Amino acid sequence: MGKTATVTYAGDLRTFRGGTHPPEKKELSKDSPIEAPPEPEKVIIPLSQHTGAPCKPAVSPGDKVKKGQVIGTPEGFVSAAVHSSVSGKVLSIETVQLPTGRYSQAVVIENDGQNEWINLKDTPQYMNLSPEELKERIKEAGIVGLGGAAFPTHVKLSPPKEKPIDLVILNGAECEPYLTADYRLMIEKPGEIVEGLKIIMKILGVKRGIIGIEDNKPDAIEKLKEVVKGLEGIEVQALKVKYPQGAEKMLIKATTGREVPPRGLPMDVGVVVQNIGTAFAIYEAVRFGKPLIERVVTVTGEGIKKPKNLMAKIGTPISHLIEYCGGFTDGAGKIVAGGPMMGFALPCIDAPVTKGTSGILVLSDLEVVHTEDFKPCIRCGRCVDACPMGLMPSMLSILSEKGFYEEMRDYNLFDCFECGCCTFVCPSKRPIVHFIRLGKSLVKPS
Amino acid sequence: METKEKAEGLRLIVSVSPHIRSEESVSRIMWTVNLALLPATFMSVYFFGLRAVYVLSLSILSAVFFEWAFQRLTNRTVTTSDGSAFLTGLLLGLNLPSGVPFYLPLIGSFVAIVITKHLFGGLGYNIFNPALIGRAFLLLTWPRIMTTWLEPAGFTVDAKTTATPLGILKEEGIGKLIEVFGDKTNLYIHLFTGQRAGSLGETSVIAILLGGLFLLWRGYITWHIPLSFLGSAALMAWIFGGKGALFTGDPLIHLMSGGIMLGAFFMATDYVTSPMVRTAQIIFGIGCGFLTMLIRLKGGYPEGVMFAILIMNCFAPLLDRGFKTKVFGARKGQKR
Repeated sequence: MGKTATVTYAGDLRTFRGGTHPPEKKELSKDSPIEAPPEPEKVIIPLSQHTGAPCKPAVSPGDKVKKGQVIGTPEGFVSAAVHSSVSGKVLSIETVQLPTGRYSQAVVIENDGQNEWINLKDTPQYMNLSPEELKERIKEAGIVGLGGAAFPTHVKLSPPKEKPIDLVILNGAECEPYLTADYRLMIEKPGEIVEGLKIIMKILGVKRGIIGIEDNKPDAIEKLKEVVKGLEGIEVQALKVKYPQGAEKMLIKATTGREVPPRGLPMDVGVVVQNIGTAFAIYEAVRFGKPLIERVVTVTGEGIKKPKNLMAKIGTPISHLIEYCGGFTDGAGKIVAGGPMMGFALPCIDAPVTKGTSGILVLSDLEVVHTEDFKPCIRCGRCVDACPMGLMPSMLSILSEKGFYEEMRDYNLFDCFECGCCTFVCPSKRPIVHFIRLGKSLVKPS
Repeated sequence: METKEKAEGLRLIVSVSPHIRSEESVSRIMWTVNLALLPATFMSVYFFGLRAVYVLSLSILSAVFFEWAFQRLTNRTVTTSDGSAFLTGLLLGLNLPSGVPFYLPLIGSFVAIVITKHLFGGLGYNIFNPALIGRAFLLLTWPRIMTTWLEPAGFTVDAKTTATPLGILKEEGIGKLIEVFGDKTNLYIHLFTGQRAGSLGETSVIAILLGGLFLLWRGYITWHIPLSFLGSAALMAWIFGGKGALFTGDPLIHLMSGGIMLGAFFMATDYVTSPMVRTAQIIFGIGCGFLTMLIRLKGGYPEGVMFAILIMNCFAPLLDRGFKTKVFGARKGQKR
């Protein structure tokens, strides 16, 4: 574990092998402070916003609910409670399509605009709580990883005994182009984020914490460095601007030199990674007892009139946010939930903001890629160089294209985490990630 | 809601991530390589005059024509604008002697474009470098014409036939070669600038280097194949290239004559027919260098670059398979 650790440097900055550097496009929204959009008339709160078992509805149509009230109770350990983000009346429980394209049951609540909270438990001396109590608060607050995968945080903070953890890494890389949600949070709430990190470290009994931030956010690095000054064991590391610097395995490699084994987890090398936004949510939950009912969402792209960073209530229809940002420019062609590299294209804008929605990206007609116009692989090897996992995406795409799905296993099909570097760099514009997903869906994992 | 109505009016595109792509494209790559051949092309005209313009035009035009015609006749999308047929035609032309009759470039282009490229499935599917197969066909079919070389006489009309440096080296030895060019320094200078007999675009080392370095700088090729190709050839030339004793050969003469420079930078680096894994590329380059020198020193031909690259083309897929990249986090030797 980490004994042969070698950190990869590019110039003076830490990084990993491979990757690519798409245009950052963060200037569209990076200077807009986080603001709250007007209250939505109704919210649509899905009962499955996280990785794991969906929640069971805890309310029925007609019920009055308060802001912060539990409306979905978790089923099983890997699950996370769902709370109402407004006060008002439950209209219905219906099936909706999530930004990811999946379907889930959702509680539709009419917002009475009163913002009548449940009784919140304020704990100024929260650091006196035991690790178990802290973890319980996080679980009750329904916190999940806010980087995008939405894995229940209390589960991630409960590593088995045989996997000792010695390091917590906060992920402030925000390597996806366009997105500035984490950046704004780091600028505006650096103190709260570091408190969140301290809580995580206490829960895991860890003495060391690293905050990794890409070097294109020097002011965020500066702000956090100021906050951690004098704090023992916590450091801020500047990372090379390279996608996917914020992928867990790449972040761990860059900051520590440790390599998570194939299909392993960060805890296999003694590390737990949490997103900046998650650390903030953890602080809010532990200190004020606030459940996770809102998050920062970057609404941006060339197809949107006034890009902004919004503190959006979970369940707010995406159309509501787009409207607040001035609506579409005439050239809007594609709407993506998340970043342009790993986000999901939306079929409509009725879907609600969920815990995992880090951004709403509206691409203009000019940037929309028509994946049907792809050419044969010319074996240029750009994808092989770009793949951070050391795979051969060209071979995977060719095998999948020709129907040799089983053979894709020989090229480590299941080690791909679909970061999209290969597809981004491909001069033949091949939809490599699409081919790989097709293979994954047709081959049983070994 | 206004936004909603507008969204219904929009035709939203739904597709798998990533939703953005780099600017790079096949045609940009091909036209950049064409551009990198500009210095060599210019020098071929400088040394061989209108004959060069004639041969190059014929081979380029016929290559583009055959691609267009084949794709039209077989109801495929016509891709002649991507620059790859142009590149094949240009490379074929640069690999021909200046005095060939008109039908040689035409037939060479046909073999390269129709047989080697499109009958195997088109761009990306061909096993062999099309321009080199075209040239190999011509060499085997018209050996006399393909080994009749004219002096680099520029735009004068009556250029005399002469032998290539490698031809002299093979038939009469290094002493004669130096004698022909006056002294050794003069020989090096002539080889470096390209003032010697040979195929149109292979003679000027400096022009080829210029284009090759441009491609390296722009990242269109990497050092792996050219360096291992030239390095292994130089090593072989130094060890076995001398008369009688080992380690007395002159690697510089071998690197600067024949088609090895053009081959190392522009032919062996062809994406489609070379490996894509770095380690495999180095093995590929070493194989090219080794086979080139084997043919030059022991074979029946004075030059071996073409056959060396074609032989190594066969191994490209196998090499990629044999030197698969290591998965992130996998331990050395770990079976995955």
